[in-house]
Amino acid sequence: MWTFAFAHHLSLFISCFSPLPELAAFDFSVFLRASPEGSINNLIYLLYGLAWTMLLAVASWLVAFSVGSVVGVLRTAPGRILPAIGACFVELFRNVPLLVQLFIWFFVIPDLTPGVGDWFKQQLPPVWQEFTSGTICLGLFTAARIAEQVRSGIGALGRGQMAAGLALGLKRTQVYRLVLLPVAYRILIPTLTSEFLNLIKNTAVASTIGYVELAQRSASMADTTARIYEAFTAATLLYAIVNVLVMVGARALEKFTALPGYVGGRR
Amino acid sequence: MKQLRVLLVGFISTLLVPGLFGQEKEVGTLEKIKEARAIAIGTRESSIPFSYYDEKNEVVGFAQDLANLVVAAVKKKLNMPDLRVKLVPVTSQTRIPLIQNGAIDLEAGSTTNNLEREQQVGFSDTFFIVSTRLLVKKGSGINDFSDLKGKNVVVTAGTTSERLIHALNDQKQMQMQIIAAKDHGESFLILQSGRAAAFMLDDALLAGERAKARNPSDWLIVGTPQSKEAYGMMLRKGDTEFKALVDEAIAEAERDGTAQKLYQKWFMSPIPPKGLNLNLPLSDDMKQLFQNPNDKPLQ
Repeated sequence: MWTFAFAHHLSLFISCFSPLPELAAFDFSVFLRASPEGSINNLIYLLYGLAWTMLLAVASWLVAFSVGSVVGVLRTAPGRILPAIGACFVELFRNVPLLVQLFIWFFVIPDLTPGVGDWFKQQLPPVWQEFTSGTICLGLFTAARIAEQVRSGIGALGRGQMAAGLALGLKRTQVYRLVLLPVAYRILIPTLTSEFLNLIKNTAVASTIGYVELAQRSASMADTTARIYEAFTAATLLYAIVNVLVMVGARALEKFTALPGYVGGRR
Repeated sequence: MKQLRVLLVGFISTLLVPGLFGQEKEVGTLEKIKEARAIAIGTRESSIPFSYYDEKNEVVGFAQDLANLVVAAVKKKLNMPDLRVKLVPVTSQTRIPLIQNGAIDLEAGSTTNNLEREQQVGFSDTFFIVSTRLLVKKGSGINDFSDLKGKNVVVTAGTTSERLIHALNDQKQMQMQIIAAKDHGESFLILQSGRAAAFMLDDALLAGERAKARNPSDWLIVGTPQSKEAYGMMLRKGDTEFKALVDEAIAEAERDGTAQKLYQKWFMSPIPPKGLNLNLPLSDDMKQLFQNPNDKPLQ
């Protein structure tokens, strides 16, 4: 199957470039020329950008996953107050545009907190300021989305599981920890994967506050070399490669953790 | 896994498909304008005072006024007094591809004519010469680049200043922390928030950013110029007929004093939107340029 597709695409590919006008216009040597930072070439410059992108994505994911799980559980808790708190969190962080949230975390919050804010602005190296603001912002924004998924994941299990757990003498927190969440997470692996993929791409908004991630660096490279197609093609490919790796990893995880009889289990 | 491979191959080939559409025949810009009965000018959103939006949301600026002179010359040459003028907003990332693919015929903003760009696009005669300097807060004690040791400095990503400040940092081991912000407005915001001690950029653009401040007199432009840059209008590479017309329009304005008057209007008088005066006297480089119009890149 894939060999056929490959052959088909290869022929398409060759026919595109038969006189090779555009390909010849691509100048790959630009990646070996000095980057805006001087001491390293453009390829290394972009790869460092990718590393910063992934660092921010992973850190934000840790925030998003833990906060999102807690809020998701709150939304399914009994009573009125806890679900209401969860709902407020979700609506707040889901409905304010990501860029606005980032500007608030980076420009507004440090000005509103005199002691800590001044230390943050003056003592902390700039890149860690951007990283911290970016992590909190992307973490909470994604947490709001994950919370909704956790809530629906728990909802998908049915009320019987909670009732059975309580009847066995488990505390409510134990039922969540030992019964509901382990199964809910398994159901959620595919949607959490796409959430993580989104998160990786969303890190690009951090370029607006000067975070030196991949999108910012490819734009910077495009500007200094005037080789726009090369710079953005490279960035596109790097994002794609990372995302495909994440997809493959997530699929392996799904297979590894599958429970017979549940979604993702042997069919 | 099989699906994945198909996906991957499909993806990569889609990336390359633009080659299919890239083989358009070269048509001269003037012919294209004549056929479309319209000329498309690339403008900037906030390159103050070269090309930006005023309070009526119209594009104004020094470069825009010069572009209008070029449009007048095109109208005369093609004998089309009712030629339509399309203004297309561009960014520093889109301006070169949009020239290359024909979406705009002329870009009039604040684009440096340099050797890298000359491989991709053509440049008109130079209409402005800037030097890269620093914007600092009054009373900060920073008067020149040597005062920046160990300080935070903000630059706009992709500018010549970014390269220059990194080189300076490496050569003189100044232990500066360099912040690369996305655009000039953002860089100035970072300077204003106290995160950086100085903002390095082309002096004319620094004056433009300063004019946006709540209290412009709090900010000073200081430092020995680190480089000079020549701004030109961008057009398609190799289109000698159109370039000759644009060059002539600019050179004539520079020789007959029109450019000097426009300089007074945009750099020495109150300008929209706030009615501020940039107060940037005509430099010796600019005087020389006006006497001797040319299209030489300075780097």
